[in-house]
Amino acid sequence: MSKPREQWGTRVGVILAVAGSAVGLGNFLRFPGVASQNGGGAFMIPYFCALIFLGIPICWAEWIMGRHGGQRGYNSCPAIFGVLGRRPVWRYFGVLGLLIPIGVYMYYVLIEAWCLGYAWSFLTGRIDLGADATQFAARSSDYFDAFVGGNQNGLMMRGGLQISVLFWIITFSINFLLIYRGISKGIEYFCIRAMPLMALCAVIVLVRVLTLGTPDPGQPELNVITGLGFMWNPQGRDGGAWYTSLLNAETWLAAAGQIFFSLSVGFGIIVNYASYLRRKDDIVLSGLTAASTNEFFEVALGGLITIPAAFVFLGAVGAATTGTFDLGFRTLPVVFMYMPAGRLFGFLWFFMLFLAAITSSLSMLQPAIAFLEEGLGIGRRASVTLLGLITALGSGFVIYFSQGLVALDTIDFWVGTAFIFVLAMVEVILFSWFFGVERGYQEAMQGAELRIPGIWKFIIKYVSPLFLIVVFVFWCKDNLPDRIRALGSPEQQVPLLSVCLLGVLTVFLLILIHLASRRWNGTPAAAIEARAEGAV
Amino acid sequence: MTPAGWIFMLSSITFVVCLITFCFYRVLMKPTSANHMHAPIEIDTRDKDT
Repeated sequence: MSKPREQWGTRVGVILAVAGSAVGLGNFLRFPGVASQNGGGAFMIPYFCALIFLGIPICWAEWIMGRHGGQRGYNSCPAIFGVLGRRPVWRYFGVLGLLIPIGVYMYYVLIEAWCLGYAWSFLTGRIDLGADATQFAARSSDYFDAFVGGNQNGLMMRGGLQISVLFWIITFSINFLLIYRGISKGIEYFCIRAMPLMALCAVIVLVRVLTLGTPDPGQPELNVITGLGFMWNPQGRDGGAWYTSLLNAETWLAAAGQIFFSLSVGFGIIVNYASYLRRKDDIVLSGLTAASTNEFFEVALGGLITIPAAFVFLGAVGAATTGTFDLGFRTLPVVFMYMPAGRLFGFLWFFMLFLAAITSSLSMLQPAIAFLEEGLGIGRRASVTLLGLITALGSGFVIYFSQGLVALDTIDFWVGTAFIFVLAMVEVILFSWFFGVERGYQEAMQGAELRIPGIWKFIIKYVSPLFLIVVFVFWCKDNLPDRIRALGSPEQQVPLLSVCLLGVLTVFLLILIHLASRRWNGTPAAAIEARAEGAV
Repeated sequence: MTPAGWIFMLSSITFVVCLITFCFYRVLMKPTSANHMHAPIEIDTRDKDT
């Protein structure tokens, strides 16, 4: 007798789990920087266009694909792609739906550990930037480099247990403990509690930032209103009128990229999560609710906290800090040092980032667990152990090659950025041109509590693929040449080693998919359809 | 903060707040669907037919 299928316990649970997967560090650290550098308030016009024409349509497509595959007894990308494309070759494209979450997890769990470590450091007063305010920035930078071993490779594995490694062990263990408990008792149980707690922490920090007023009367221009203006005042290109930024292709590309990464489309995670739904469960309203929750965290919370807080204490130079890590781990600790009761608010801020990160990292493990279970026919304990071993080795690689965070940056570039574009394009083409838009629309309407506008069919078939291809081509033109040159650099071997690691992982996963494919080929198509007919 | 800045900020935040409010209102409006993922099993026991 086959074991019962895993399923979500509540509807709010699945919505918060998907939203938790999407809400991450990018909402609070990447979005404000991208918006302020690409037209400020004017950026929101291409941003919302990208949400409507790219983000939400692809989200719905992923929900549809996932539930459709789930009804046929499959939960992993390779198997679901095979069902949708009706040819075994599509299963091999599904390797991206495993490689991306596993690859991103390998470094993301480390960043998650930094957040927890910083929260602990603020709570216990371990972060001491001294009494000289002019040295705060330098000391904060030194603290971060020492914390992550940024000055030399191998620092984190030398001379006893480093604190960031200790927090890595803690976060890694929490992730696998929760994932071992399963969909309902692990992921859903945690997300239902973590998401409101994260919102509460963010609102407390937001209230603190908005009530800062003018902390230094000697510098009246550094107040919270001008800080908000730094983020939201619409800016034109080269000092021109604000709408000139809309004429710049880079602004639209930045908006599309932000929406794309923020909503976690192209990760293969939504496909996996939606596969645990039943046939008559709503996916249209649930998908829109998860996307809107992500937007709330990004625009209404992320857009009001980070940049205004940095501006109030550090001025335009501090607020213009680029890069997620620089803003999050070098600049913001300085801001909390200036802020009244900064230790408490620093703790709340980094604890909130930890919650945002862990709800995302949990979702990265489930697709691979589902694949190992259904593809190789091994139990949960064995699949969790195998995945734990693989991700621990990969994460250990990132921890060891810590100098300049080159390994982390390289894996993030290829797996966390480039391959996501590719998987999203594969998904959209598979869904629109092979599975069929009309069929997908009918599938979506089963149990739907909200009607998808008919124009969605045109958008997902023509607009979204074109939008994705254009963005990807421009992105490749801007980024690929430097990255490919870096692989051949004789001075720096780490990028090449990182890509080799990803190559080995890809080959390993392809072999597993091949083995799984032989196993799945033994299931007649009629039996698969019978499962869908029998599913309630 | 310029008037245009206020307009962009307030309209963006209003949009996302309205969207999330609408969505969660629709989700939570049906207590059974919010709290239970699945529709109750409809089994006609026919014990009320007599």
